[in-house]
Amino acid sequence: MTFLHKFLGATAALGLSSAAALAEPAVIFDLGGKFDKSFNEAAHNGASRWAEETGSTYREIELQSEAQREQALRRFAEAGANPIITMGFAMADPLSTVAPDYPDTKFVAIDVTWLDAPNVRQIGFAEHEGSYLVGMLAGMASESGTVGFIGGMDIPLIRHFGCGYAQGVKAVNPDATVVANMTGTTPAAWNDPVKGSELTKAQISQGADVIYAAAGGTGVGVLQTAADENILSIGVDSNQNHLHPGKVLTSMLKRVDVAVYDALTAGTDLETGVFTLGLAEEGVGYALDDNNAPLVSDEMKAAVDEAREKIISGDLEVASYYATDSCPALDF
Amino acid sequence: MDFLTFIQLLDSTVRLATPLLLACLAGLFSERAGIFDIGLEGKMLAAAFFSAAIAAVTGSVWLGLLAGIASSMAFSLLHGVASITFRGNQLISGVAINFLAAGLTVLIAQDWFSQGGRTPSLMGGARFEPIILPFADSLGGIPVFGPIYRELISGHSILVYVAFAMVPLTWWILFRTRFGLRLRAVGENPAAVDTAGVSVVGLRYAAVIICGVLCGIAGAYLSTALQAGFVKDMSAGRGFIALAALIFAKWRPWYALYATLLFGLFGALETRPDVIEALFGLKVQGALLGALPYVMTVIILAGFVGKAIPPRAGGEPYVKER
Repeated sequence: MTFLHKFLGATAALGLSSAAALAEPAVIFDLGGKFDKSFNEAAHNGASRWAEETGSTYREIELQSEAQREQALRRFAEAGANPIITMGFAMADPLSTVAPDYPDTKFVAIDVTWLDAPNVRQIGFAEHEGSYLVGMLAGMASESGTVGFIGGMDIPLIRHFGCGYAQGVKAVNPDATVVANMTGTTPAAWNDPVKGSELTKAQISQGADVIYAAAGGTGVGVLQTAADENILSIGVDSNQNHLHPGKVLTSMLKRVDVAVYDALTAGTDLETGVFTLGLAEEGVGYALDDNNAPLVSDEMKAAVDEAREKIISGDLEVASYYATDSCPALDF
Repeated sequence: MDFLTFIQLLDSTVRLATPLLLACLAGLFSERAGIFDIGLEGKMLAAAFFSAAIAAVTGSVWLGLLAGIASSMAFSLLHGVASITFRGNQLISGVAINFLAAGLTVLIAQDWFSQGGRTPSLMGGARFEPIILPFADSLGGIPVFGPIYRELISGHSILVYVAFAMVPLTWWILFRTRFGLRLRAVGENPAAVDTAGVSVVGLRYAAVIICGVLCGIAGAYLSTALQAGFVKDMSAGRGFIALAALIFAKWRPWYALYATLLFGLFGALETRPDVIEALFGLKVQGALLGALPYVMTVIILAGFVGKAIPPRAGGEPYVKER
C-alpha cells in the first residue's frame, strides 16, 4: 500500500513537472476576433510567426462576450498555460482579480499599463506618437484643410489616438480643422461598419478629405466609403494600405505583433513590469509600401522622418491625452 | 445649418432608415398575423452574410440577393415550424434564431473564406451601385428642388426604392385585399377565420414567409449596398430598433415609415454633433440619440402618448380544440 502510494505520488509529480516543462503559452484575443484586420490580427500575426519559426504551438481563444474574460483567463491558468497573453484594455479588471491567484503564471497585458501585479508584463504603446506622424501626413495630403478622425468605442485610449493625430495635423497646418467622431459607447461600436460609413459621409460633407479610422471592424466601413467617395483614409494597428490600394494614405502601425512575438520568445523567462513602446522602440510607426508609395511624396516623408527623429531625441514632445484627460489640439 | 447640410442629413436618414423600414414591415406582416417575431435581427444578419458570400463567390449581386432572401426565409420557416406547427413559445424561438444566426454566419464565413468571419470585399457587379435617376444632373441646378432631387431622391441603391415602394404596397395588401383582411383577422381572432373555413396555419405561414423575404432584402442592403462585404454582427441591433419602430408605429404601414424615418434621423444626427450644437447651442452626447428610439418606445408602451395595442391573438399559438 505504501509502495503504491509512493508510486502514485511519483507519477503525479512526474505528470506535474512534465506539464510545467511543456507549458504552452496562450493568447486571448479580444472581441474583435483574431482576423479583425487590425489590433487582434496583429497579435495573431506575431503569434503565428513565433509558432512557425520555433515549431511550437500555442493555445488561443477568441472572446465572444464580456462574461468570458475572467473565465478564459482562469481556464488557461488552471490548464498550466504560461505565459498567458491578453489583448486590450478590457482585460485589466479580470487580470487584477485572476493574476494574484496564480503567482507562478506570467501574464502579458497589451494596452494595459496601470495594474499593480508582480507577475504581469504590461505593455503600452505610445499611440499618440504614431498618430502624430500620420496626422502630419494627413495635414500635408489634405487639400481642403479639413481632416477627419473616426474612433470606435469612446474610451480614453481612442481619444489618445485622436489627440496625437490632431496635434500632428496642426503641426503642419495650424489652420486645419479636425472633425472627430466616436462610433458609440458600447463594444458594439467596434463592429458597426454601416455607422462607420455614415460617419465618413458626414465628415466628407463637412469638408474632410483625409480620414483616420481607429475603430476596429467599424474602420472597414470607413476605409470602404472613403475609397468609394474618392478621398483618402488612414488605417490603424496593422498595415491596412492593401485594402484599397492608392486610396489609403498610410496606416498607423502599432507593433502588437512584435510585442506578442517577443513575449512568446521569452516564454516563461518573461520580464514583468510596465513597458511603453514608442517610436524609439519601433513599437509604433507609419506604414509605407507599394500601395501608398504614390501618395506619400519625398517631401512629406522627409518632414515626417524629421519629426520622428525629434520625438525620439526628446526635442519634440507630443502631449498625451492620459496626462491631463484633455487634448490641447482637439475638443472631444 | 445651410441647406446642403440639411439635405445631406436627410440623405443619411434615408440610408439609415431603409434597413429599419424593411425589417419593420417584415415584422408588421408577421405580427399582424399573430406571430411575434424578435428574430428580425438574426434573419437580417443571416441574409447579410449569405448575400455577401454568394455575391463574392459568383460575382453577381442579384444571385447574392436571392441567396440572402432564401436564407432569411429558411430562418422564417424555422420560426414558423416551431411556433405555428409545434405551437412553441414564439419569443423563445425568436431568441434562438438570433443566437443561431450570430454564431452560424461567423462559423460558415470562417470555413468558406478563412478571413475570420468576414467575406472578401465585394467589387463591381457584386455590389449594388447607386442609381442616378434621369435628369439628376441637368435638374440639379434648379434652386431648392434641384439639390433635393439630385442629392436626396436620386443616387440610392435600388433596394432603397424597393423599400419605400413596399410601404404603399403593404398598406394595399393588408387593407385592400381579401388576403390582407384574412391575415389581419388571423392575428385578432383566429377562431373566427377558422370558422369561416380559411386555413389559419396557411395564412400564418404565408405571413412569416413574407417576413422572411423582407428581412432578406434588409440584410442584403446592409452588406451589398451600404457596405461591400459582411463583417460579423454587422446588423448591430438594427432588428431590435425595427421592432421598437413597429411598436412605435402601432403596427401600421404608414406609421412604420414615419417611425423608421424618425429613428433614421436620430441615427443621422448622431453622426453630426456639430449640427446639433449649431441648432440647439449645446453639446449632446451621441449615445443619447442612439438610445432615443428605445426611450420613445417605452414611453409609447407606457401609454403616455396614445396607446399601442398589439394584435389580440399575437404570441399565442392557435389551438383548434382544447
